[in-house]
Parts: sequence; C-alpha cells; structure tokens
Amino acid sequence: MDASLTIALIGNPNAGKSSLFNQLTGLRQKTGNFPGVTVDKKSGTWPIDTQTTAAVVDLPGVYSIYPKSLDEQLVTDILANPAHPDYPDVAVVVVDASNLHRNLLLFTQVADLGVPTVLALNMLDVAKSQGKDVNSVRLAMRLGVPVVRINARTGEGIDQIKKAVLGQLENTTLPGKLFFDPGDEVADLIADTRTQYALQNNYLALQYIIQHDGFSFLNRVQQLALDAIIDRYEFNETAFQANETITRYKRIATVVAESVTDHRPIGEPTWSQKLDRVLLHPVWGYAIFAFILLLIFQAIFAWAQPFMDAIDSGVAWLNGQLKESLPAGPLTDLLTDGILAGIGGILVFIPQIAFLFLLIALLEESGYMSRVMVIMDRIMRKFGLNGRSVVPLISGVACAVPAIMATRSIGTRRDRLITILVTPLMSCSARLPIYTILIALVVPNQRVLGVFNLQGLALMFLYLMGLVSALLAAYVLKLMLRTKERGFFIMELPTFKLPRWNHVGLSVWESVRAFVWEAGRVILAISIVLWVLASYGPGNAMQEAETRVKRELANAPADELQNKLASERLEASYAGHFGHLIEPAIRPLGYDWKIGIALLSSFAAREVFVGTMATIYSIGDGGDEAGVTVRERLRQERNLLTGGPMYTPALAWSLLVFYVFAMMCMSTLAATQRETKSWTWPAVQLAYMMVLAYLAAFVTYQCMA
Amino acid sequence: MSKRSVADLKIGERATIQSFNDAVMSLKLLEMGCLPGAEVCLHCKAPLGDPICLNVSGYCLSMRRSEAATILIEN
Repeated sequence: MDASLTIALIGNPNAGKSSLFNQLTGLRQKTGNFPGVTVDKKSGTWPIDTQTTAAVVDLPGVYSIYPKSLDEQLVTDILANPAHPDYPDVAVVVVDASNLHRNLLLFTQVADLGVPTVLALNMLDVAKSQGKDVNSVRLAMRLGVPVVRINARTGEGIDQIKKAVLGQLENTTLPGKLFFDPGDEVADLIADTRTQYALQNNYLALQYIIQHDGFSFLNRVQQLALDAIIDRYEFNETAFQANETITRYKRIATVVAESVTDHRPIGEPTWSQKLDRVLLHPVWGYAIFAFILLLIFQAIFAWAQPFMDAIDSGVAWLNGQLKESLPAGPLTDLLTDGILAGIGGILVFIPQIAFLFLLIALLEESGYMSRVMVIMDRIMRKFGLNGRSVVPLISGVACAVPAIMATRSIGTRRDRLITILVTPLMSCSARLPIYTILIALVVPNQRVLGVFNLQGLALMFLYLMGLVSALLAAYVLKLMLRTKERGFFIMELPTFKLPRWNHVGLSVWESVRAFVWEAGRVILAISIVLWVLASYGPGNAMQEAETRVKRELANAPADELQNKLASERLEASYAGHFGHLIEPAIRPLGYDWKIGIALLSSFAAREVFVGTMATIYSIGDGGDEAGVTVRERLRQERNLLTGGPMYTPALAWSLLVFYVFAMMCMSTLAATQRETKSWTWPAVQLAYMMVLAYLAAFVTYQCMA
Repeated sequence: MSKRSVADLKIGERATIQSFNDAVMSLKLLEMGCLPGAEVCLHCKAPLGDPICLNVSGYCLSMRRSEAATILIEN
C-alpha cells in the first residue's frame, strides 16, 4: 500500500460527505474517538485500483475555510499547510446539487488554495425533485476541475470518482486562475507575505494574513511578524473578508446560472417546512420533545434491562464454570473475582449505551436534533449554555465521556467549557446500579396515587436532581467566567430525511466499541488493583485474622465461618486499612470504614461501588441474585454504635446524594483534560463536584438522622 | 422610524436584504448565503419567539433574534 497517498473529503454539513466516506471505505475505517456526529477525524483505506490504495480522511463539515469552531479549525489547518501529514494529494469536494450556490463557496476557496480537487455532485435527485437540472459538463468547464455525478446513498458514480481521482493523481488539472483574486490594492501586502514565507499562491498568502492567529503550524514569532505586516499595510481583515464572500457569490451566481436550469415554482413550502411548524410550535414542540425524552429513558431503563440481565447471568455462569474447572488458588481468584468481574461490570452497560446512541443517531440522522437545539436555545442560554449543549447533556445520561466529546460542535469557547464542566452531573448509567440497590433498600416498593411506583419516583427524583444541579452549576459558572467573545447561533436547519441505517449502525457500533475499549481498560485495571488490595495485607495481618476467626468460630456452620473469614480478611487487608484511615473524614456523612473502602475503590469508576460492596459484605459470587443478596446483606448490617440497622434511610440517602454529585470517574476527567487541553479544568471539575457531593451528603445525613 | 431588520419580520413575511450593521456578524451571515439583494422569508419562530428560522435561497437558517437584528432589510 502506498502510505503516502491521502484523499480528503471536504464539504458542507449534510452534503453527503459521510455517506460517500462509508461507500469508499466500507468497514476499513477507524476513529480514535467516540461519536459526536461527524466531528471526529475519521480515516479509512480506499483501494482505488489494483495498484493504488489511498488513505481517505473525512474532514468535518464546514461552510467555508474560515473556521467557526474547533473541529472546523482542523480543516483550515490541514488545507493551508502542505507539510501537514493529512494534507491531501487530491481533495474530493462533495457538493449538494440542490443547494449549489452555498456549496460552491467552499469549493472555490479550496480550489484557490491550490489543492488538486475533484468536485462530486451529490443529491442530484433532490435537485431534480425541486425542478433543478445541473449540467455537469458545463460546470466542469466553467470551474476547470473534474466534476463527477454521484449518489452517495446508493453508491452510484463511485467508479467515475475513482477515474477522476486517478486522473488528478497522474496529471493534475488546476483551474487556470483564482476564482477570487485578492486584487491590486493588496498586491504589495501579498507579495511581502509570499516572499517571507516562500508561498506559491496568492490566496494562501492571504490566508496567512487573515488567519495567522488560528494556524497551529505557525510559531509565535511568525504570527507576530504577520501582525506587523498587517499593521504596515493597514489591512482591514473584516471588510476584506466580507468583500471576498460577496465577490465569490457573484462569480458563483454566473457559473450556476449557466449550468443549472431551474423550473422551481417559487414560494411553495416544502413538507419539511410544514413539519417545522409543528415541531417548533410553542406547545407541540415541547410536548413532542418531552415525549421523545421519555422514550429515550424508557429505552435505557426498561428495554435494556433484559439484555443487561442476560449479560449479567452469562458472566456469573462463566465465573462459576471457571471456578469449578480451574484449580483453586490466587491465580484463579484473580481471573474470576478480579478480571472477569471487572469485565462483567463493563459489558453490562453495553445495552444502555447502544440504545441511547441508537436513538440519538436516529434523531441526528433525521434532522430532528437541530430542531431540538432551536427550541432549547433560549432556555439554555439563561444558564450560560446554548442550544447545542442539549446533545451532550442528553448523552450524559448514558456516559459522560462521549457526551464531553460531543461538545466539539459548540463554537463558543465559554459555552463549550461550561457544557463540559457540568455534563458529568447528569446521572450516567454507571450510577444506576448504585441508585437501584440503595433505593430498593430504603424506599418501600408500593404505589402512590394508584399509578406511580414509589421507587420509580425516587429514581426520577435523583435524575432530576442531577439535571437541576447541572443547570445551576452552569449558571454559577456563567457568572464566574466572563468573556468578551460573542456567541453565535447561525445554523442551517437540514431538511428531514429518512435515517441511513448503515450510518446509524456504524454510530452505535463505534460508541459501544469505544466505551468497551476506552472506559473498559480503566475499569479493568482498577478491578485488578482493588482485588490485590483486598486480598493482601501488611505483614501477616491476614493470617492472624484468619487463625483468630477459625479459633473463635470453630463450631459455627461452614457458611457462617466462610463469610466471617472473608470479612475479617478484608478488614486486615490493605483496602481495609485505607478504609479505617479515611473513616474520620466520612463519619459526618454517616459512613463507616466499609463504605470508605467502597468510596475509595469507586473513586476511579463509580460502577465499581456495587461490586466492592459485594466483596466487603462477603457475598462472593451471587450470580443472578447478586443484587438481592447484597440488598439482604445490607439490610442485616448492624450499626456498632447504635445497635440499630446500619443502612438507615438517612445513610442510604446520604450515599445516594453523594453519588449524584461526586466526580468519581477517571475516564471523564481524562476526557475533560483532552478536550480542554489543560489540567486546570479537570481539577476544577473534580474539586467543585467533590465539595458539592460532600456538603450535600453531609446536609442530607444530618437533617435525616 | 429606524431601519427595519429581519428580526422585525412577521411569520410568512418576505423581504430583501439591504445591508448589515455588524461587520463581524455579517461575515458569518454572508457565508451562509445571506447576501445583500437576496430575498428572505421568515419561516417560523421557536417558542418564546427566539431563535427564528429564516428561508434564504432555498434552505432554512436558524439564528437568534439578536443576530437577525443585524440584517437590515429594504422596505
């Protein structure tokens, strides 16, 4: 494979770029990250012919080469820098033929940068249905580049793309002259820049001047030198850029007028627009959105349950089988109680994550998500967020890691930062097992008002608490983070489309794969460390505890002896020592050293909590009944100080409230660090959420006790 | 009476863009196809009247009222 060949796909959002990418690469694609629509840099291999294989890079959708957000910056950074590893040998610009004017704006800019291009005319069927016929031969002649008619959904025209790309590779055709020539009044400015930076192209030189602050490949000295050039020539970037866009559109208008015949009846509202009148309606709009949210919750909590139970019992069965067939010893213990239990804890979340991303992908694909952003923008803005924050907040109900990655589409830096900081307050699926067990322990399973289950109401209350605290935290952050930056909400509302099922499938697959791989590694590592800490103790403390129990309970039944042994061993282990060490700090919240161990172990990943509780209260492998047995065991646990039950409602609620707020997830902190490129913000996130959790749990316990 | 802007349009009302009163905002609007001389039509408003949805040369743009107020129209 010729590794040096790179083909980039460029286009407006919704032009069909991702469809074409899937057609070219099939399953030979990879993303390093979770899905957040198409904001990640996706790449894959494309066998063009028997001799040639190229790497295809799917660049984020943009409207122009002047970026408005972080993921858009990437496009300009690549196209303006021939030394970039992803700089394309050929750029395939995907164009929505039903909306040629605006799509060609980007195309002319890319071509003017001197990148060899192929124009892929997509959505000709949509254009046709609107009464527009595009003459691609005339378009190719006027633009001076190869033009290919494709249908990215069905894969029509792929062979022609191959031919055109191969043609451009062998014998590059560039348009004879720039579509937009910067003109005489800036000629000296451009000449100066070209000599200083050894640039071949007028338009590229102009980009150096206008965008130098954003170009990551320029160093500080180079950026300051460009500032100096701008000052010397008194160059007005804004006025120039406005003039550029207007001039380009004028030229495009003549090109389009010559190559498109338009029989469209004017002013007929399309069915998409009629649908908008309902979906954005003051009453119906919110009602429909609320209904869809309800559906998402239903999917995560009810529909996913049978699958989760199946995975749970499958893992328990395997665990039992291994224990029986392998010789007893520390290695078998590590394999079953350490590693397999850890893997089980990861796998069990897959159904919820798959369901959530299935529904989100459907909403994205159909075009409904943009409407949600519109109806929520006004409300979210009051809290320092914006309409685009809705997707991360909803995704946060499954897992904060992909949710934080989905914030990349928020163009305003402050809004994005606030969204990242508050998203982990949304109750993620890892909190659910903790909620379930503790609620079942202290909230009676009965109906109120005939319809509502009291336990269900308690669960809903916890989720609402997460949502409300996220909004309030955002509001406080908004007051603290002052900014001069202006927020923008100019956004195209895509027409409604039927979802492309292969896209939906890929998106779900990607999210599940990434969760298992990214989050899974952390959880697995912690499970192993925890197992070691709970299985070994300083010196021979463990053996001493063991002999003591055996002496004291010599006549007790075997079961009781085993349970007592396990719990005494735990207390003597390193984990037990940790628990005792932090007991004074958590005593005001009502917790003892055993809960202390669970808190510590779940510090890196909160889903470890229930597993640790099972270990601490020496239940061993419970399989299917694990939840029930843990609950039963917790109910029997006595408080040594009062003699009453340990798990009073006050303690349980204090724990519940603690887990609503506490930032107990390494993967999320890592995601925040990656996305904010600083250690400050994950530190802030950890600190504010932990303080909040401690105070809230303290108040809860003291008020209820 | 001061100049009318897109933010003053009623639902279904058409107008022609004349100019912009905010240079930085105009860059983004121009790129999205809001050109002087282009015809726009207010397609619908979000609940609470903000943001609004605007039909411009065959597609639909949503923007906040404050952003729409920078697009001045002929009348």
